[in-house]
Amino acid sequence: MSQWLPIDDIVEQVQAGKLRAVDLVEQALQTIEATAEFDAVIATTADRARQRAAEIDARVDRGETVGSLAGVPFIAKDNFLTFGSETTAASNILKGFEAPYQATAIERLEEAGAICVAKANLDAFAHGSSTENSDFMTTKNPHDPTKVPGGSSGGSAAAVVLDMAPFALGTDTGGSIRLPASFCGAVGYKPTYGLVSRSGVVAMASSTDVVGPLTRTVADSAIVLDVLAGVDPLDSTTIERDDDCYQVSTASLKGMRIGIIKEYMDESLSDEIRQPITAAIEKMRQAGAIIEEVSLPSLPLALACYYIICPAEVSSNLSRYDGQRYGFSDTEANDLFSSYAGSRSKGFGKEAKRRIMIGTYVLSSGYYDAYYKKAQTVRTKLIKEYEAAFKDFDLLVGPTAPTPAFAIGSHTADPLQMYLTDIMTVAANLAGIPAISIPAGSSDGLPVGLQLMAPQRADRTLLAAAAKTEEILR
Amino acid sequence: MATLSRDEIFKLAALARLAISDDEATEFEGEINEILQFVEQLQSVDVSEFEPTSQVTGLTNVSRDDAVIDYGYTADDLLKNVPAVENHQIKVQRMVG
Repeated sequence: MSQWLPIDDIVEQVQAGKLRAVDLVEQALQTIEATAEFDAVIATTADRARQRAAEIDARVDRGETVGSLAGVPFIAKDNFLTFGSETTAASNILKGFEAPYQATAIERLEEAGAICVAKANLDAFAHGSSTENSDFMTTKNPHDPTKVPGGSSGGSAAAVVLDMAPFALGTDTGGSIRLPASFCGAVGYKPTYGLVSRSGVVAMASSTDVVGPLTRTVADSAIVLDVLAGVDPLDSTTIERDDDCYQVSTASLKGMRIGIIKEYMDESLSDEIRQPITAAIEKMRQAGAIIEEVSLPSLPLALACYYIICPAEVSSNLSRYDGQRYGFSDTEANDLFSSYAGSRSKGFGKEAKRRIMIGTYVLSSGYYDAYYKKAQTVRTKLIKEYEAAFKDFDLLVGPTAPTPAFAIGSHTADPLQMYLTDIMTVAANLAGIPAISIPAGSSDGLPVGLQLMAPQRADRTLLAAAAKTEEILR
Repeated sequence: MATLSRDEIFKLAALARLAISDDEATEFEGEINEILQFVEQLQSVDVSEFEPTSQVTGLTNVSRDDAVIDYGYTADDLLKNVPAVENHQIKVQRMVG
C-alpha cells in the first residue's frame, strides 16, 4: 500500500490547504533516506525542493491556483538538466556538471506545481538495461535486492516502487522506461515520438529518444503526460499535442480490437512470462475485447536494426564530450588530440566506449550503406508492418520483457546478452509509436509487465485502454 | 561480412578520439565482432521497395524566426562548467603549428 494518494487527490488537498507541500517534500526525503540501501537515487535536491514547497504553500495561502501538479514531489532521472544538484547522466565525464538551465520537461512540471526532490540513478548516458552500467552504483530491485531493477531508468522505477515520490521521470530510447517498469512492478509510459520535448535532456539516440513518466497507476501517468506534452521551440522534433486532456477516463475494452503479437509469444518465450501474460490477455477478452493473433514478420529484426541505429546516433551525440567545454578534462594532455582522447578515455565508461566504437564503424565511409542505411531501410519495412497491423487492430499487446528481473552481475560479461533484454521494446522506438508497460502478475515473486502499443498520436486511446486493463487485472 | 582486426580496433578508437589500452583492445575486438555478427542478419533482408527512415513523424525542415531570445542566462553562466577559461573565452590546447 502506497503512502501517497493518487496524484489528483494530492493536488486537490494541497490546493485546499489540507496537505502542505513542505510536508510532502519532507515525506519524500525521509523515504529516500530510509531506502538508501537500494541505491535508486544519486543525489537529492533537498534545499531547492524545500524552498519551492514553501513558495507553493504561500501561493495556496494567498488563494492562488497553483496548477495541475500542485505540491507533488517527483524524482528525475539524472539525465535531465535540473537546478539544485549536479546533472551527471551517471557518468564520470559529467561529474560536477551544474546545469545552467533546466530541461523543458522539468520547467513544465515546475510550472504546474510539481517539486523535484532527487535525481535517479541510470546506466551511464542511459546505455543499458540494468543500471549496472552506471559509473557510480547499481540500483537494487525493490522486490529482491540481488536482482537488477532493469534499465536504463532503473533508479526512477525503483524510486516509484520504493514509494519515494508519487512519480518519476524517465527516458526511453529502446525500452528504458518500460523495461524497468516491468522489472520493478511500476507503470511506465513511452509517449509518441516528439510528443514531449527533449530539450535539456542528455541526448542518446536522437531519432528514438523520448521522455515519459513512471508511476504507480495509469491515471497518474496520464496526469503527468498532460503537463509534459506539446510543441517546444527548443526541440524542433516536437509535435502538436491533442487539444483534449491526456487525463482520460477509463475506456471500455468492449469491441476494442487487440492484436497479440505472434513474434513475441512464440515457442521461445519462457512459461514464467507466458503464463501471466496469457492470463492477462484472457481477462481482456472476458472484458469484451476482440483478441486475435497478428504477425509483424520483421519484428525479429528490430533488435539488430536498433543496435546499428542506436550506436550510430550515440557516437554522434557523445562527440560533444571533448574535455574542452564542460565535463571531465584530462589536464595531463599536452596537445589537442591527446586532450580529446585522454578526456574521453578516462571519462567514459566501457559501454559508452563500446557504442561509440560501433557507431563510428557503421557510419564510416565504405560501411555506411551496408550498416546504417540498411538498418534505416529495414526500419521503414517494420514501420509499414505496424501501419498494416493498425488497420486491423486498435492496439497491440504482448510482454514487455522476455524474462523477469535477472540477477545482478549475470549479464555484465556479455554485452550482446544484455542487449537481448530489449528485444520486445525497441520496435516501438524505431516506429515512434506510444507504448506502455503495466504490472500483470508475477513470477516467483518478481513482477511481470504487460506491454500495450498504439498507433502514433493515439496516446489518449492507449492510456484509456491501459487504465481499464489495469482495473481488470487488479 | 567484415571482421575487425586488432589493428582496425585501434584505428577505430583513434577515429572516435579514444585512447584504448591493449587489454581494452582485446576485449573490444571480441565484443564488437560478436555484435557485428549479430546485426549481420539484416544483410539478407530484401528492402528493394523501401526508402530509409530517419524521421518517424513526418516533420521536415522545421525552422524558426532568426531572432535573439532571452533564456535568462548569460554567456558567463554557460562558461561556469568550462575546464579552462581566460578572458571570458574557452582555453584549449594549441591547434596549429
